[in-house]
Amino acid sequence: MSGFSFASQLIYVLAASCFVLGLHLMNNPASARRGNQFSTAGMVIAIATTLALIAHAGVITATGWTVMLVGALIGGGVGLYAARTVQMTAMPQLVSMFNAVGGGAAALVAIHDYIRVASAVVGPAESTTITTLLDVIIGSVTFSGSIIAAGKLQGVITSAPVTFPGARVVNLVLAAFGLAASGYVLATPSLAGLWIVVVASLVFGVLMVMPIGGADMPVVISLLNAFTGTAVAMAGFVIGNWALIIAGALVGASGGILTKLMADAMNRSIGNIIVGGFGTGDTAAAVVAGAGADVRAITADDAGIQLAYAGKVIIVPGYGLAAAQAQHEVAELADVLESHGVDVSYAIHPVAGRMPGHMNVLLAEANVPYPQLKEMDDVNPEFARTDVALVIGANDVTNPAARRPGTAISGMPILDVDQAKSIIVIKRSMGHGYAGIDNELYSNPKTSMYFADAKTALSELTSAVKTLVG
Amino acid sequence: MSTALLTDLVIFVLSLWVGFEVISKVPATLHTPLMSAANSIHGIVLVGAMLIAATTNSWIGYVIAFLAAVFASANVVGGYVVTGRMLKMFRKRPTAPAATPAQPAAAPAPAPAAAARDGRSS
Repeated sequence: MSGFSFASQLIYVLAASCFVLGLHLMNNPASARRGNQFSTAGMVIAIATTLALIAHAGVITATGWTVMLVGALIGGGVGLYAARTVQMTAMPQLVSMFNAVGGGAAALVAIHDYIRVASAVVGPAESTTITTLLDVIIGSVTFSGSIIAAGKLQGVITSAPVTFPGARVVNLVLAAFGLAASGYVLATPSLAGLWIVVVASLVFGVLMVMPIGGADMPVVISLLNAFTGTAVAMAGFVIGNWALIIAGALVGASGGILTKLMADAMNRSIGNIIVGGFGTGDTAAAVVAGAGADVRAITADDAGIQLAYAGKVIIVPGYGLAAAQAQHEVAELADVLESHGVDVSYAIHPVAGRMPGHMNVLLAEANVPYPQLKEMDDVNPEFARTDVALVIGANDVTNPAARRPGTAISGMPILDVDQAKSIIVIKRSMGHGYAGIDNELYSNPKTSMYFADAKTALSELTSAVKTLVG
Repeated sequence: MSTALLTDLVIFVLSLWVGFEVISKVPATLHTPLMSAANSIHGIVLVGAMLIAATTNSWIGYVIAFLAAVFASANVVGGYVVTGRMLKMFRKRPTAPAATPAQPAAAPAPAPAAAARDGRSS
């Protein structure tokens, strides 16, 4: 190893350390921005080092420079535009697209390496080929799978699970086919074999995500994030670069942890979600409002009185709030209540939203200070001391039936909303949530149902409270 | 198994553990920015894309290098910008005490606090 490449490897490790430090600083909202800056600095260092290495080696052609720079400019421009203009509600789609391009780029690195090695006179070294293949497979699956996931989130592709008879057989045949091609490519360098692996992986990615319902998206995005990280780490093995290996492993770990957290919060195993078939959260049937005889309906004025004279209010936002784009209205109501001396906080369930932590970002955008955003484990003991729990567009995650065995959501971690002294639920109808069962919270004698669209309901509530506290 | 592969494998496994350790401390409030930050970090694959462009001299190599450069740089630039944009929105009310922000049952002087927050430019 020459002195120059030795030094560059050391600098790559420095860049990777910046990534670790950056992620570490994200353990607190106050230091998180500094974390992102550290991480950015690490990336700049890594890219500058690579440029220096390339210039030093001097084998790059003029076309090579052009291709690299023009490609980077186009990609950077697109990325910048998307990042600047994206709506916070559309964040899951964007993250999914970044997973797609990251996985795609990693797969391309391996494909190029294979072409280079395969066109050499001697056969490829065994070790290189295994990681190359893993990179090609994982990267391609991530690429097509993430595009499908983004399409489902954007509503371009139906978010309902798409299955067809014999889907499992097709998947198995495809997997067997891909594995056979992989085995062949390992044994004899064959470009045709490699392309078969690429195509099989791309199709597999599509078939993997299509049967998954919209409500399971937090798990899918996390899983694809972990895949991308792994693909990038494999790319690091292929080109022998530690920065890629470390960065990829960090992302793989992050995606892995989030996948596990999301699956636990939804009371599903990861395997169950991937096999899929019954996730239909977004298409919950809209039953006629006020159907049940055993629930108590309430008007905006009555709800306003309860809220205005409460000492402590906990707001429980669910995906319905985000779907109704009512995060600004809820923040306004909270502001009015606070200026009246009411203690307001938000109880956020891990799966409230379309990706891990999504609801927090939506509320932060609506100017809610983050100390008011409470995680499930921290807020649950507080419900007993709460005068009014205001549930907006959240369903299964508040259902006390989860504490009993024998229901569809048994064992699922829930918010202890039923412990509050009184409960107001804003909901369009008595329709079921994702799990498809009745919510026992609604028939609780302490609960009043306010049947309305979240946005309308919150504006009405705000003006009702304003009239009272004038 | 070659020494280089073994070294790479050791680095990979240890980094995984570092990742688990560091990331398990990130609060759920920040999980979306975390994922977005992780996203920008895997944009490091841009280094791989650049090295393709640096070593190839065939047309297929150039096509692959170009695509990889577009993908990876969109990943890097977009990832960091959007993470920064999100994190900028997470702010603490200036007057709230840091440790126990929601404890006082009737927060003293909440109105000026709200006014101060509204007055801040975004």
